[in-house]
Amino acid sequence: MSTRDLFTFRNSHFRIGVGITAAILIVTAITGFIVLPFAQPWVQFANVWDAICSAAGVPQRAANVTAPEQTKRLSEVVLTSYTLSRPSQEAIGRGATLAQRCAICHGPTGISRADSPNLAGQYAAVIYKELHDFRSGARTNAVMSPFAVNLTDQEIADLSNYYAYLPRLPAYHPTPQLPKPNIVIYGAPIRGIAPCGACHGSLDNKTGSPWLEGQSEAYMKAQLQAFASGERRNDISQQMRNIARAMTPQEIEQAAAYYASQPPDVVKAVD
Amino acid sequence: MLANRKLILAHFWLAFGVFGIALTLGAWQMFIRSPIGTWLSNPELYYRSLTAHGTVMGYVFPTLVAMGFGYAISESALEQRLVGVRWAWTGFWLIVAGSITAVIPIALGRASVLYTFYPPLIGNVFYYLGVVLVVVGSWIWVALMAINLRVWRKAHPGAPVPLAMFANVAGSYLWAWTAVGAALELLLQIIPVAAGLKATIDAGLARVFFSWTLHAIVYFWLMPTYIAYYTIVPRAIGGRVYSDSMARISFILFLVVAMPIGMHHTFADPMVGAGFKFIHSAFTALVALPTLLTVFTICASVEIAARLRGGRGMFGWMKALPWDNPMMLALAFSFVMLGFGGAGGLINMSYQLDASIHNTQWITGHFHLIFGGAIVIMYFAIAYDLWPHLTGRELIDIRLIRTQLWLWFIGMIITTFPWHWVGILGMPRRMAYFDFGDPAIAPQALSVAFSAIGGFILLASGIMFIVVLARGMRAPQTDAGPYRFAVAVHQATTVPVALNTHALWVALMIALTLTNYGYPILNLALGGGTSVPAVYVGAQ
Repeated sequence: MSTRDLFTFRNSHFRIGVGITAAILIVTAITGFIVLPFAQPWVQFANVWDAICSAAGVPQRAANVTAPEQTKRLSEVVLTSYTLSRPSQEAIGRGATLAQRCAICHGPTGISRADSPNLAGQYAAVIYKELHDFRSGARTNAVMSPFAVNLTDQEIADLSNYYAYLPRLPAYHPTPQLPKPNIVIYGAPIRGIAPCGACHGSLDNKTGSPWLEGQSEAYMKAQLQAFASGERRNDISQQMRNIARAMTPQEIEQAAAYYASQPPDVVKAVD
Repeated sequence: MLANRKLILAHFWLAFGVFGIALTLGAWQMFIRSPIGTWLSNPELYYRSLTAHGTVMGYVFPTLVAMGFGYAISESALEQRLVGVRWAWTGFWLIVAGSITAVIPIALGRASVLYTFYPPLIGNVFYYLGVVLVVVGSWIWVALMAINLRVWRKAHPGAPVPLAMFANVAGSYLWAWTAVGAALELLLQIIPVAAGLKATIDAGLARVFFSWTLHAIVYFWLMPTYIAYYTIVPRAIGGRVYSDSMARISFILFLVVAMPIGMHHTFADPMVGAGFKFIHSAFTALVALPTLLTVFTICASVEIAARLRGGRGMFGWMKALPWDNPMMLALAFSFVMLGFGGAGGLINMSYQLDASIHNTQWITGHFHLIFGGAIVIMYFAIAYDLWPHLTGRELIDIRLIRTQLWLWFIGMIITTFPWHWVGILGMPRRMAYFDFGDPAIAPQALSVAFSAIGGFILLASGIMFIVVLARGMRAPQTDAGPYRFAVAVHQATTVPVALNTHALWVALMIALTLTNYGYPILNLALGGGTSVPAVYVGAQ
């Protein structure tokens, strides 16, 4: 018997091989796509085709279910690692002019004396996201919101590029550097908390996460508490709310004190 | 007839060299996250090491063993010089180049994405290009195996292909097709993002592509082990293969059903429909069949050897087995570990049972027991068996070889049994750090400590293995004679064309891939709107 005679139903191996394989496939398909979907008493299907589509994973829009009304606005900003990654000199210049109105709180060199965030050398994507969120109302603050509400997209991008461009300077009242607390370096795996340092510097940085070295201790503590209470809710997929809720008050204090005590020049170089 | 000994030795030495490095990293990882070690306060270093360990153990080491062993089989089973020796060396050097290209970004901390890639995590593009080179190098081997068999067939029309070569080529075809999934993931999805051409990636689709590779790759790793079960062990212990046809059917079954089952790795993923998960689960159950056939056939073959040596009685024959023969020891250890590992695998493939152990340390324990245990111990045995024929020198340290195999077996049991246990207790996998001071996991500290000690036993055994082989290069010269494979009780003189060729089974393998993967892949690829921003490792 030659190879040519292999793929023919006269060949018993072909018959048996293909037959058994097809039979198993058909039986498992019927079980998986028809029998098992209907075996779930808590799911209702209009007809067999509906059940098959459901089991096949066809994306379905539920017709009768309306999305729950959102009482609070959610952040609509989409960030990638390329967001504002190549600023032009003109954009930075325009940002510098616009930034004069920010200086009263954030400092003329981007270093705050008022427990507001230091913006000098912060990642552009971070400032970009926060300004958008202040403008849309996803994040609110009595002082900040009125400033942001009238900014155009262009102005937000220019401001972000300008502050990212500024050199990172030490805070006004640097404190002695503290050792890394557990929450920053290990997180708390049992409570599902990743290390702060995995996104915010000290270990690694992730897109959209600000570096925190030298920021105001009072500010960071207040933000963690706001995340924990749900007062602040512009974090992507509740990442920070989930973490802050699981943190103990002591861990919040340790993390804030640690980052406030770090000089900003330890932040890993961007680009 | 082993003409190209240097080629085969180069593959084995590179394989076992990188294995030694990755084994050391593995032992260090076990230690550093156990309660015995002091945590190094930098998870990135841990994941860096983990990526190197996985990449070497998953892609480089078993591929090189399969290739080296494959060339040896082709020359000695077909009794024909290897056709395409230059190409074989090209494949080897591609693997060397690929490994170096991949390892540099890992060492620099630019590719700590683990060997399973895990998009949307994206590492340095050279890491992925290195992996692609390794795969391309191995595809040359696939082509050479097919070509060598073809040349032999022309010279021996209608003759039954020797079992070792039949299985070897089946394994190479399985690898060629299963590597396509990861290749598609790398070329269409990850590399464009890593090279900066795109900033978003469909992580769900990427995971489906990877599952195409991720399960059948295990059977590719397994192939040299099964070939050794059937064609080396019975000869080495003085027995015969119980059934040549049963062996062929086992390898054919692996070819057909190892492929369309990978989605049992994505049971907890939302992007695949439950119906497809069920089909994959059912086909995964079928893959137990060739293993059960093999266990039966090999036990029968071993019994033949025992009875030939004067063994008597229902179970009394076991005493007559040559237990001081390293091959006998390796087989017994391999079967024990295969038994426990296989039983654990049945739990993993069950949709409901999987939920209790998914993403726990159980899974890590499982694949170390199967791959590191049942499979790798036979790689050792293959190397011991082939070495005198490759070097022309005798392996004289039989006692050391036995100790090495014992230590590997004991070490693997001590490592993986507590590993399974803490997984059942819910300890998650892929974690760099555990706070054993926390009352929630303090009771697991002892098990994890045992596991780490097991890791060091394995390291000791690995060092002994390399010492034996290295000493074997300097031992007194001897003529080991031609390399032979085991003979069946009824040696095949004619074999039905379906059991002598691979075409039908390769066709079924591809057809099942299309039925079981076609719709889920098209659904995700054409649906759109499911991409997420990439997360670049080591970049802001």
